[in-house]
Amino acid sequence: MELRSIFKRLANEGELVDDPADRADEVHVRIRNVSKTYGEHRVLKDVSFDIHRGKTNLVIGPSGSGKTVLMRQLIRLEKPNAGSMTIDGHDIAKLEGRTLDRLRSRMGMVFQSSALFDSMSVFDNVAFPLVEHSTLSRKEIRERVMDRLESLGIGHAHGKMPSELSGGMQRRVAVARALVYETQIVIYDEPTTGLDPITTRTVDELILEAQSKFGVTSVVISHDMASVFRIADQITFLNFGDVVASCPPAQLLGSLSEELADYIHASGVSADILRGARG
Amino acid sequence: MAKDAQKGVLTDPDRKVVAEPSEPGPLRIVGEAILARVLAPFAELGILMRLFFETLYWAVRPPYRGRQFIAAMEFVGVGSLFIVSLTGLFTGAVLSLQLVDGFRRFSAESQTGAVVGLGLSREIGPVFAALMVSSRAGSAITTEIGSMRVSSQIDAMLTMAVNPVQYLIVPRVIAGLVMVPFLTLLFDVIGMFGAHLVGVHLLGLDSGVFLERMRWLVSFPDIRQGLIKAAVFGTTVCLIACRHGFYATGGAAGVGLATNRCVVQCAIAILALDYMITGIILGQGLG
Repeated sequence: MELRSIFKRLANEGELVDDPADRADEVHVRIRNVSKTYGEHRVLKDVSFDIHRGKTNLVIGPSGSGKTVLMRQLIRLEKPNAGSMTIDGHDIAKLEGRTLDRLRSRMGMVFQSSALFDSMSVFDNVAFPLVEHSTLSRKEIRERVMDRLESLGIGHAHGKMPSELSGGMQRRVAVARALVYETQIVIYDEPTTGLDPITTRTVDELILEAQSKFGVTSVVISHDMASVFRIADQITFLNFGDVVASCPPAQLLGSLSEELADYIHASGVSADILRGARG
Repeated sequence: MAKDAQKGVLTDPDRKVVAEPSEPGPLRIVGEAILARVLAPFAELGILMRLFFETLYWAVRPPYRGRQFIAAMEFVGVGSLFIVSLTGLFTGAVLSLQLVDGFRRFSAESQTGAVVGLGLSREIGPVFAALMVSSRAGSAITTEIGSMRVSSQIDAMLTMAVNPVQYLIVPRVIAGLVMVPFLTLLFDVIGMFGAHLVGVHLLGLDSGVFLERMRWLVSFPDIRQGLIKAAVFGTTVCLIACRHGFYATGGAAGVGLATNRCVVQCAIAILALDYMITGIILGQGLG
């Protein structure tokens, strides 16, 4: 009996209590004065901006500007040296142990390499968060997983191993895995890098579809300017550790800073065309 | 800022001289390199101990993943049955061959069974079984976990709120702790069979004398000594294998290097620990 109560306490520790006001807030994540330094190299310099609930939030910027580092802090794969990242009223930078795990389980991340478990089938990859965290029966898990796979158009591949899939399909499986368990925020790390234009468009549609179907907040790191302006509700331009701008795309195109104009110009897409695309 | 090639200093646009940090001299570079070499084993030991305590911490916390434990035991234990049996057979056989040849010089070949039994159960069984596990399962564990590390699969696990130490390392270390003693027992039995085969059937020793001497000299504390060593070696081998995979860096080349280090460190750790445990059990040889 004693032992059982100890195990029960261990299993229930770190409960996350939300304030309803925070859950109703239009701003899902508040990033304030976040700094990250590796040795003497300061990658993030007092970064502050908001991630909006239920929207597609794009983070753009040149290579080495700290986008991926920022996302790694957001999901607490690394701890920032200073600053706060408040998700539903909880500062993830300050959480530890089971409480951190509980907040993390509300987020999903789609890695650039997809990072599927290569020893597991597509089905087992997608079922992984449910098997680990939910109290669903095997039948319910099967139904949920198949539902996600079908809705992303890869139901037929459930028995395959990740190595048997194309890059685009792996990305879809990674999205299905990120969305399968009570996910509220999905972080996509350069989801279209290395994909052909048609697959890129498919992935863009996938991001929008995931957002509209499941009501998640999407945070997307991207270099692909055409893709950025196609899907973004909010764009944050990070330039070597500094936030240069954070606003809706139309506003961003209306008042282009020198750095951003250079960045867009270098990407080979004209700002006028982007304005047209938005229009 | 522009680099002033003449003076070798950095200057700002207002041409104010900004001092460059002085470069360390050759003596300091050599000194630091030597110091790093000397301290490296202690740093390595520190990393291993931290991972060991982290493993202990996560081993007692829920959730308990039965399937992972069974899979790890199957991989470390059942997967090593053939190689351990084969090496056990040949080790026992060659031991018998050498001992009969040596003992015949002073007409003591009747002691072959006793010495083979004692040698296998106390020393050769646990050491060889652990060495086989380290080269077969240990290297594979490092490669598997290392590949997961460099392809962000461990990061993905973290983002899904699953602790990778608990999920990947705990089952493997426990599998080493449980399965290497079983493999050692198997090695002992098959080694003795091999020794009997060569000693009795090829070299003409008396079977009754061979077995009776073995039974007379080998007692339960000798087997227990071997099993204690096997449990320590099994834990150490799997811990070292997991450590090298878990902290692997540098892509495929880095994983290859980690696997190489794992096999070398396992062999050194097994032999060094063997001496220490023997010294502790026998109460001598440790100064």
